[in-house]
Amino acid sequence: MARYDSLLDATGNTPLIGLPRLSPSPEVRLWAKLEDRNPTGSVKDRVALWMVRAAEAEGRLRPGDTILEPTSGNTGIGLAMVAKLRGYRLVCVMPENVSSERVTLLRMYGAEIIFSPAQGGSNKAVAVAKEIAAEHPDWVLMYQYGNEANARAHYETTGPELLRDLPTLTHFVAGLGTTGTLMGVGRYLREKVEGVQIVAAEPRYGELVYGLRNLDEGYVPELYDASVLTRRFSVGTQDAVLRTRQLVDVEGLFVGFSTGAVLHAALAVAHEAVKQGKPADVAFLVADGGWKYLSTGAYGGTLADAENALEGQLWA
Amino acid sequence: MAIDVRVPTILRSYTGGAKAVTGAGDTLADLLTDLDRQFPGFRERLITKEGALHRFVNVYVNDEDVRFLGALDAKLDDGDSVTILPAVAGGAFAFAAAAALSGR
Repeated sequence: MARYDSLLDATGNTPLIGLPRLSPSPEVRLWAKLEDRNPTGSVKDRVALWMVRAAEAEGRLRPGDTILEPTSGNTGIGLAMVAKLRGYRLVCVMPENVSSERVTLLRMYGAEIIFSPAQGGSNKAVAVAKEIAAEHPDWVLMYQYGNEANARAHYETTGPELLRDLPTLTHFVAGLGTTGTLMGVGRYLREKVEGVQIVAAEPRYGELVYGLRNLDEGYVPELYDASVLTRRFSVGTQDAVLRTRQLVDVEGLFVGFSTGAVLHAALAVAHEAVKQGKPADVAFLVADGGWKYLSTGAYGGTLADAENALEGQLWA
Repeated sequence: MAIDVRVPTILRSYTGGAKAVTGAGDTLADLLTDLDRQFPGFRERLITKEGALHRFVNVYVNDEDVRFLGALDAKLDDGDSVTILPAVAGGAFAFAAAAALSGR
């Protein structure tokens, strides 16, 4: 049944598709979970919906309330859609140098945007966010990095869907950001599949992104529990771009760069299985399509050009 | 026995500004000892008093996180590439601001 009562009801239940041309052998197969087929085009629709529902159930969020989330990415777009359909106001805080597509899209959904100066970096943004919170104590923060409903969305939906569609699954590979996807799906699969491997692909950005003044300014999301993971790969910009292009070229799938990084890790574990002579069904998660990243210019030209185009950007 | 080590901006004050250095060792612990001999003070920035990797430091051997390879006991081979990075999940702005908002 592909009929739904509303857009929100069409969240999840995404297709899992085989990738016969990229799979190393008939015994070692790759499968892509197409999360770009969610209402606003990313895996974050599940997260946005679950966080809002949890806040409603806890009584933190009442009709007409204002949701505040400092995000310019997929979570903001998902929250904007959910907020519109469930009658909330959404305020996003973001640096003024984010791409114009995002701003336009968020505004179309009716979200309000408060910009923090690009100059001054995250320290300035923290200051701005603190001021806003102090001025509006009644605004409700979702805080996806520490919100257990983020991981629970995947424990209750993404994980069960994967196992239903691929009972022979041996590996699950996804990107590591808030860690919600890997924590939720990982916990579910570990309960159900003996010996399942939960593999993280973490984007390795250009140097600018790691420009902390000291190590104590580092950050690990509150949701992260390393014991859920089996392995964790760091994938550089060039490998992510190469795999993103390969996925369109070989299998016809047009995805965002974070998925290129995920495919890179998925291929690594798949080829190891081949070497060890073990059968494997490796499922990986496509977090979003490539549309929002076209303006980076990184889909064309040489790999070196693409790497330069993405230098200093958070491409995942 | 040569291991290539990529040094993050934040630790280059120890390596005379070098982005990449070379060290030796059969394990990550040995490598860090060797690097500390070459660049005094380097090891202390990465290892806590209790002798574990600093919470906000990630070390990768050939792009794989050493915490899943035995941490400081991770085995190294000639020609391996080691990358050291501070822990900054994607969306650096978002979490810093959110952490501030939620009083963390």
